[in-house]
Amino acid sequence: MSEETLSGAEIIIRALVDQGVDVVFGYPGGAVLPIYDALFQQNSVRHILVRHEQGAVHAAEGYARSTGKVGVVLVTSGPGATNAVTGLTDALMDSVPVVCLTGQVATHMIGNDAFQEADTIGITRPCTKHNYLVKDVNDLARVMHEAFYVSRTGRPGPVVVDLPKDVQLATGNYIGREDVKHRTYAPQNVGDSGLIEEAAELIANAKRPVFYTGGGVINSGDRATEALRSFVRATGYPITSTLMGLGAYPASDKQFLGMLGMHGMYEANLAMAHCDVMIAIGSRFDDRVTGRLDAFSPGSKKIHVDIDPSSINKNVIVDIGIVGDCGLVTEALMAAWKKQKGKPDKDAHGKWWADIEKWRARDCLAYENPGDVIKPQYALERLRELTCGKDLYVTTEVGQHQMWAAQFLPFEDPKHWMTSGGLGTMGYGLPAAIGVQMAHPDALVIDVAGEASILMNIQELSTAVQHRLPVKILILNNQYMGMVRQWQELLHDARYSESYMDALPDFVKLAEAFGATGLRAERPDQVDDVIKAMIETDGVVVAEIAVDPKENCYPMIPSGAAHTEMILGSDSTSAKVSDSGLALV
Amino acid sequence: MNDLPIEKRARSHTISVLVDNEAGVLARVIGLFSGRGYNIESLTVAEVDPENELSRITVLTSGTPQVIEQIKAQLGRLVPVHKVADLTVAGRHVSRELALLKVTSEGEPRVESLRIADIFRARVVDSTNTSFVFELTGATDKINAFVELMKPLGLIEVSRTGVAAISRGPDPL
Ligand SMILES: Cc1ncc(C[n+]2csc(CCOP(=O)(O)OP(=O)(O)O)c2C)c(N)n1
Ligand SMILES: [Mg+2]
Repeated sequence: MSEETLSGAEIIIRALVDQGVDVVFGYPGGAVLPIYDALFQQNSVRHILVRHEQGAVHAAEGYARSTGKVGVVLVTSGPGATNAVTGLTDALMDSVPVVCLTGQVATHMIGNDAFQEADTIGITRPCTKHNYLVKDVNDLARVMHEAFYVSRTGRPGPVVVDLPKDVQLATGNYIGREDVKHRTYAPQNVGDSGLIEEAAELIANAKRPVFYTGGGVINSGDRATEALRSFVRATGYPITSTLMGLGAYPASDKQFLGMLGMHGMYEANLAMAHCDVMIAIGSRFDDRVTGRLDAFSPGSKKIHVDIDPSSINKNVIVDIGIVGDCGLVTEALMAAWKKQKGKPDKDAHGKWWADIEKWRARDCLAYENPGDVIKPQYALERLRELTCGKDLYVTTEVGQHQMWAAQFLPFEDPKHWMTSGGLGTMGYGLPAAIGVQMAHPDALVIDVAGEASILMNIQELSTAVQHRLPVKILILNNQYMGMVRQWQELLHDARYSESYMDALPDFVKLAEAFGATGLRAERPDQVDDVIKAMIETDGVVVAEIAVDPKENCYPMIPSGAAHTEMILGSDSTSAKVSDSGLALV
Repeated sequence: MNDLPIEKRARSHTISVLVDNEAGVLARVIGLFSGRGYNIESLTVAEVDPENELSRITVLTSGTPQVIEQIKAQLGRLVPVHKVADLTVAGRHVSRELALLKVTSEGEPRVESLRIADIFRARVVDSTNTSFVFELTGATDKINAFVELMKPLGLIEVSRTGVAAISRGPDPL
């Protein structure tokens, strides 16, 4: 037992160091001054000063998702904590491990409407995996270590530790992380062997199988990615991925059908619709993926592997639900599958692949490119070409550009693609890119942005410039909240209510005002030069590409429609949305 | 309602949840139910193991089998939750409520209220010339019946604990 007496603030820093934390994203204020003072007096933990607390959380998310480590946030009480709420909710929805330290008024002031008091625990209870209010300095070290443990294990998520100022100033005992064991929380990592056996048999005898994998594989870690890759290759079965799971399986591989879901690939969605065995690993049957539930893959037996028991049978009733870590269960599945006696049905698999190739031949991402305006798809194709072979990390904002990025950029490795999936938070990409760049100083980190989204956390340009984090922001400027405009076109007879981005700033001047470099392409023949310059210019770069304002993102499964009712770009006039679909988001 | 297939039929379930007795744990459970739109028909909570600082929450809820499964999984996901048991599914169990009823009356109704209380084995725990407070323990149905009978006899106030439940037989939760 290592026990020492320290101030609360020192205990916090010591716990961070013990937890292997090398960077904290934060913003100071009255209720965290003791912690900032302790930070000032040490060199182990670096602090990145953001410009808005939401940015701090997204930066920590970017850091966490690109490293697999816990991201750490430090904010003050009241407005500091409430500003962090969107980021926390984002991290909860996308299962990102984040520990957020919030200052709080002194314990004897709590409940008195003190200056900058907010009920942080009450406010963040539904948007965290767990939260703690530390009232006694002698609980502090334990709670800090527990917070990291809870955040990182099982299905990862954000944990808030609310720290009254008097507790930061009091002195108490420090205990190391090895002395802390959580009383209750022990996620089930190993899958049930009976179920694994059953699932392996189903997989071995499948005629039209498909793997449907998600962010859980990436969250589980490199071992899960490896296990998935070997299993998929060994079976020869097709695989599709959710938006969150891109990179777990290399996109360039023949067996990869691309992303599925609302803006997913035709071949991926049809494979889901027509498969006879679905192997869902670390995915959660989200409504963006399933489309109309009663028409979702009606003829298939479904196997679902997830660390979170509540994900199983939540939206879709499955035949075999296996609770456990994606990596361990996939390894076990593969071992059990290898032992299966029967011969794989080569004929059936051949026919299945022939079907898939037919769907693939529809070339669902094809778009018209007359060459007089820059098509957003074209810009991303050029980005893909011009970044080829580079150590590239991509973040995005939210909207059409996000979906195009998912469709057109290459995802060969896990933890290289950071996008706000569950919450769909505009303003995510820039701060997330800052977090990624912090973790990978020499990598090329690009935020693919829309002109509307980027304005939601544009202040973080200042953070990037201050800390010399040379992120690149590629704005696909269509002068519209394009995704909103697209829905209005398809669902509301093209009444573009408030979706036009009037009075946009001059992004080049804006970049310069922040001390960054600004670039702009207005014609297709300028795209390459701008992208090259963006990559080659040192420091923070904002590259604005003026793209076709009216381009729509296809393929698309309209809300409330089935996978088989997908609309492709070429027949975009046939969009039909049912009345019940109209009520869906 | 009853022509619905089993998987669409909403049923009442009694769920026992063993939790760490820490600040805010009840708020987590209640927030879960309200946030995800689940029903709470009754909810009771008290510390049951002071040494290990454990409390037991008994929730009476209703839903289709899929919803009940979700409720249990979601409860199990809360960090301070040790154990979730569905007593309705697990087998036979005892569930009891305690009710206190204040009845004010004189003359014949007053006598009648005492007579009925006797039949229900309710105890008089307070009395004045014009009032009784009855204490009654039993299953929810029994208490409901008693309350109905007392209404015309001067019932002016009811306080109930909500359901506490435990499985029958030798095995613990
Ligand atoms: C914080 C937030 N507010 C509103 C929305 C709803 N929304 C989704 S996409 C979108 C438009 C995004 O516009 P832009 O960033 O220009 O991207 P584009 O679709 O044009 O590529 C809006 C408003 C959201 N996702 N997040
Ligand atoms: Mg736009």
